[in-house]
Amino acid sequence: MSRPVDLLIIGAGPAGMAAALAAAPSGINIALLDDNPVPGGQIWRDGPQAQLPGLANDMRAQLARHPNIHLHSACKVVALAGHKRLLLEDPERGWLLSYHKLILCTGARERLLPFPGWTLPGVTGAGGLQALIKGGLSVEGERVVVAGTGPLLLASAATARKNGARIVRVAEQAGPGAVGRFAMGLWQWPNKAIQALTLFSGAYRIAAHVVEALGSDRLEAVRIQMGERVEEVACERLACGFSLVPNVEVAKALGCEVRDQAIVVDNWQASTLTDHYAAGECTGFGGSELALVEGRIAGLVAIDRQDQARALWPQRERWQRFADRLNRAFALDPALKRLAAPDTLVCRCEDVAYASLVEHGTWSAAKLNTRCGMGACQGRICSTAAQTLFGWEPPVLRPPFSPARIATLACLDEAEPAA
Amino acid sequence: MPELIIDGQPLRVAQGTTVAAALMSAGDRCSRTSVSGQRRAPLCGMGICQECRVNVDGLRRLACQTLCRDGMHVETRP
Repeated sequence: MSRPVDLLIIGAGPAGMAAALAAAPSGINIALLDDNPVPGGQIWRDGPQAQLPGLANDMRAQLARHPNIHLHSACKVVALAGHKRLLLEDPERGWLLSYHKLILCTGARERLLPFPGWTLPGVTGAGGLQALIKGGLSVEGERVVVAGTGPLLLASAATARKNGARIVRVAEQAGPGAVGRFAMGLWQWPNKAIQALTLFSGAYRIAAHVVEALGSDRLEAVRIQMGERVEEVACERLACGFSLVPNVEVAKALGCEVRDQAIVVDNWQASTLTDHYAAGECTGFGGSELALVEGRIAGLVAIDRQDQARALWPQRERWQRFADRLNRAFALDPALKRLAAPDTLVCRCEDVAYASLVEHGTWSAAKLNTRCGMGACQGRICSTAAQTLFGWEPPVLRPPFSPARIATLACLDEAEPAA
Repeated sequence: MPELIIDGQPLRVAQGTTVAAALMSAGDRCSRTSVSGQRRAPLCGMGICQECRVNVDGLRRLACQTLCRDGMHVETRP
């Protein structure tokens, strides 16, 4: 078993990178894990069709210059393995890692909601399509509909357009009042206002939402509710995402308090569990600027530089106000909870339809009776959907947190009993 | 420019391309067959949904978190 690291950071997006760089000058031994092949998280995802901002490249270069930061890419947390010890797996091996302090920077995922046809090839998440394009997917000459809610829709549309797609519709579910108030307040964050103007698309419609994806073997068209009428748009791709939800599975398993689907932290980014901190989207959706400052604060507090961390509080407050405004403006229309037809699959791993779920009162009852959430994604997609649709509280994830090799699980035998 | 084999068909891709992006432009552009027999394609693109799980050189991997390498064999069918 390897020596414990002083500081373990899970997630190498903006928050995790900022935390590592803030803590590194102290000289402590830092391990930075990420399940993607290269650091950057979702927003700074690299690839043949990605254009990273200067800050992302700078931070990556800085990470490489610190000999005390050990980056473990393509590495997943598989299970807890006793007190302050985790079981990890990468493409080559499984191993145990002990730590003194931990910062969770596990980010957020897209909320994906079921509607008829959402399992058709050609339908992806909104951020999902963006990630796939950055990773080399060609959308040249394709007609793309982007639907759902939040500023990510415009960002996704812009990436697709830049790579040769024709954006035939961007359907934002939020109404004119909410979107208008949000846009009017943007002057307080000038870089965000400029971003909004750059990303804006003529195909953008508000108070519009997807009703159905049509096609036999693949997506052929999308039906969109626009006020009273429904328009049918022929397209090759539908990129559909309903805002983001924090990834809190590891935090929950560790015993950190989670409220309103986000890890609870204090002013020092400390969770309710001693020596465990959290920063970035896993503490609530707020964008990369907020993630960066939260990450820096967490990294500084982890090396006992509370004085320096405190100096960053006003900056965090400024971006938190932006996040609050964003979350208010793009609250979900209850109509989106009624899109699924009786035969629409909700659990895509076990192919469980809406009709067989709806009769159950809780997630556990539904799971026991239908196998929903028992597939490879461990309910990450369907329990999030069920929470939105039925208000069912998602369960604490049981290990392995993601599919793992038997040889990896065998490492648990060398773990001593939990202290 | 790595060349990989997807369900027996060779495909050349740009350096740094993910297996998910590669298989969405090859064959039936799908990644797996669901328990009820539907063909599925990558969905979330970021390692959450598991729709892109494929067999890469004999091991089950998430296509969206795996980079294409020369000579890699990818299987999308059981």
